[in-house]
Amino acid sequence: MSDAPAIELKGISKAFGPVQANKDISIRVMPGTIHGIIGENGAGKSTLMSILYGFYKADKGEIFISGNRTEIPNSQAAIAAGIGMVFQHFKLVENFTILENVVLGAEEGALLRPSLAKARAELTRLSEEYELKTDPDALIEEIGVGMQQRVEILKALYRQADILILDEPTGVLTPAEADHLFRILRGLREQGKTIVLITHKLREIMDVTDTVSVMRRGEMTATVKTSETSPEQLAELMVGRKVLLRVDKMPAKPGKTVLEIENLRTTDDKGVERLKGVSLNVRAGEILGIAGVAGNGQSELLEILGGMTQGTGNIRLNGDELDLTGKYSDGQSRRARSIAHVPEDRQSKGLIMDFFAWENMAFGYYNDDAYNKGAFWMDNAALREDTARKMEKFDVRPPNPWLTAKNFSGGNQQKIVVAREIERSPELLLVGQPTRGVDIGAIEFIHKQIVALRDAGKAILLVSVELDEIMSLSDRIAVMFDGHIMGERLPDQTDQRELGLLMAGVDGSDALAVAVGG
Amino acid sequence: MDTMPKWVDVFVIPLISLIIAAILSSLVILAIGESPVEAVKTMVTGALGSTYGWGYTLYYATNFMFTGLAVAVAFHARMFNIGGEGQAMLGGLGVALVCLSFNWPHWTLVLPAAIIGGALFGAAWAAIPAYLQAKRGSHIVITTIMFNFIGAALLNYMLVNVLRPQGQMDPASGRFPPGTNLPTFQDMFSTFGVTLFRGAPVNVTFFVAIAACVMVWWLIWRTRLGYAIRAYGHSEPAAIYAGISPTKIIMIAMLISGALAGCMAINNVMGEAERLVLNSVEGAGFIGIAVALMGRSHPFGVFLAALLFGFLYQGGAELSLWSNIPRELVVVIQALVILFTGALDNMVRMPLERMFLAARRRRQAATSISEPAE
Repeated sequence: MSDAPAIELKGISKAFGPVQANKDISIRVMPGTIHGIIGENGAGKSTLMSILYGFYKADKGEIFISGNRTEIPNSQAAIAAGIGMVFQHFKLVENFTILENVVLGAEEGALLRPSLAKARAELTRLSEEYELKTDPDALIEEIGVGMQQRVEILKALYRQADILILDEPTGVLTPAEADHLFRILRGLREQGKTIVLITHKLREIMDVTDTVSVMRRGEMTATVKTSETSPEQLAELMVGRKVLLRVDKMPAKPGKTVLEIENLRTTDDKGVERLKGVSLNVRAGEILGIAGVAGNGQSELLEILGGMTQGTGNIRLNGDELDLTGKYSDGQSRRARSIAHVPEDRQSKGLIMDFFAWENMAFGYYNDDAYNKGAFWMDNAALREDTARKMEKFDVRPPNPWLTAKNFSGGNQQKIVVAREIERSPELLLVGQPTRGVDIGAIEFIHKQIVALRDAGKAILLVSVELDEIMSLSDRIAVMFDGHIMGERLPDQTDQRELGLLMAGVDGSDALAVAVGG
Repeated sequence: MDTMPKWVDVFVIPLISLIIAAILSSLVILAIGESPVEAVKTMVTGALGSTYGWGYTLYYATNFMFTGLAVAVAFHARMFNIGGEGQAMLGGLGVALVCLSFNWPHWTLVLPAAIIGGALFGAAWAAIPAYLQAKRGSHIVITTIMFNFIGAALLNYMLVNVLRPQGQMDPASGRFPPGTNLPTFQDMFSTFGVTLFRGAPVNVTFFVAIAACVMVWWLIWRTRLGYAIRAYGHSEPAAIYAGISPTKIIMIAMLISGALAGCMAINNVMGEAERLVLNSVEGAGFIGIAVALMGRSHPFGVFLAALLFGFLYQGGAELSLWSNIPRELVVVIQALVILFTGALDNMVRMPLERMFLAARRRRQAATSISEPAE
């Protein structure tokens, strides 16, 4: 190993319009290490890596690879320089085999057969060397996300990458799969590869990295040895002030059962059954958290409850049946029954990005008498007044009702949605991924508001793929896997490992011991 | 990402597009050995130089306002209604049936009835494609354009076999009774022996069109229905989240759109021809698309764009009348304007946006001390 850093960036700056995404960033990554880059959404991590991979051109600054000044105008140049990238959203051809995907773009000659034969031999070698076992002839659409991610890593290694960049690699993985990934990464480090891990999860940084750089608002605020720092210190560096990592809440005082779900089923438009007989209940004054890896039916559960899709089975709210099909199964009917819904995807569902904040404040509630005068006209003045009040109360910045939704940061957009839904003081609040793409400061605030609604005696159904969020916010946890409820646990009587097994579909023998009924 | 100030988006971009179209048109005129300066002079005097010219310009503009509004309302629900032509044709049938049904004593009585007749027939013609889109997923562009042809054939049949008076050769309805004749601007504004708008077809419908612009504005930005239409137009998944029924919005938006297109017939059928003839719409349904695009689907923008296209139509007619520039070339010039203001909008917008943002960055760099932008 040489003394020259594997990657050295000097004074990188990049602006998009008036937004300074990266500002005079310098960083040294030593060979044979795992280097973490942590920062909130929008801190500029992905932009920095995109510059390194040749997607964007830096306005200023230099890149050195193994001590040599290197120009990286496009991704081919990056690959030639030995850089491989594993994106958050995989770039694989679904109906190709693993082998074909690995070769794609790296074929040699006009005929495919020799390249495939060579790749097959190479894959076998790589699999043995790095604990990356795969079946070269399996189709991508038939393997799980963990395996797909391994294919992405193999693709990079096949192109002889010495430097591997992983962008938020654990977002779609179960804790067990994430652990496996980290084992692979450690193995790669043993072999002298350099790994850059981009993430917003403090735990992963502490688990696997050697050094960590913190980014905030386009600037590199610190680079420290992982062994010499703590999650609290990193969080403070990320946000720029002290933050509370745990949710501060009193024990729940659950009341009567508000929501009862019995044998709920639904099938998507491809004919795949997404919910296979889900039964749950939520009581007044408690938060039921649904844990699970994305895509195991949680979205469908929220959508049926929120009136966005139809299903079969029984749902009762305070004892009264809800319609699951037909005219009265839509979002308006749900709101009329005092069910509020913070949807999983605020950008495509919860808000209209081109609407003003005040127009968004009526979204879903535009039939409310308070926002209307007469049968046709909307009372926009009253709506704007109401919006200003709610923006003030929920600390939306800037508190200007005349800004369009897309001009707010992710956290402030979410505050608008949360303000709109919570201020209705609903009997049942559905919350999907309340803090996805939200900065830490806003996370704290949003969690407090959800707990406050619970303490006001309302029922809350929380869906999140962030296990930390589920564990700290919920009063009771149900784990979903493949359209089933795998089991229920109490947060203080379980741990990440047990929940992780349930999320992967492994049913613990003592699973029924602590199930709590209504 | 930041954007340009609104006034650039609304005024400067269409203006630049227009100038580019004008320059290209001048080159075309130069190429056939005519003088562009003379051509512009002929167009301006022909369209705006007399109350007669104004009378035609405003008459065409009235047509384009209705069809432009029709396209604009559908745009707000993200429906591309290119069936304005057929809907206006059928609107003509509705207006003709109202006018011929009864010996109307005075135009003030027949006008509301004719508006209802035209709107109903236009809406009915939009209803079928709308239903197919909402319930069957058939693309609205395909179905509305097919309905233009079906509409033309239907009108042909009605004129030849039902509405044509006995002994008349051409496929047209009989003359409407005199009680249905709408007052023209000549009737309304000529006083004390001074005749204004002599012989020009512009009539009281112009004011109906302006009222329609105002009503569409109210509908889109002030009512609950308009709110739902815009929400659906921006994002279907979001609309479903909010409990706005896509089927309902598609149907209602297309019915309003068709009704507006149908109302155009008050102007050309009842106000001008005073009988129903074949091909009375003369492509106004398609011009409506360009008008709505250029007007940014805003009623005031549609009003201005309709005036511009009215000018181009009347000026173009004068041009082919008074110069050696053939009629076909006039169509080329009109097409260039449509191309640049409608289809090639982004060609002007993108560089302009870059220029603006760069200028703003320089300004910020000069005034503030490197505070990172949010």
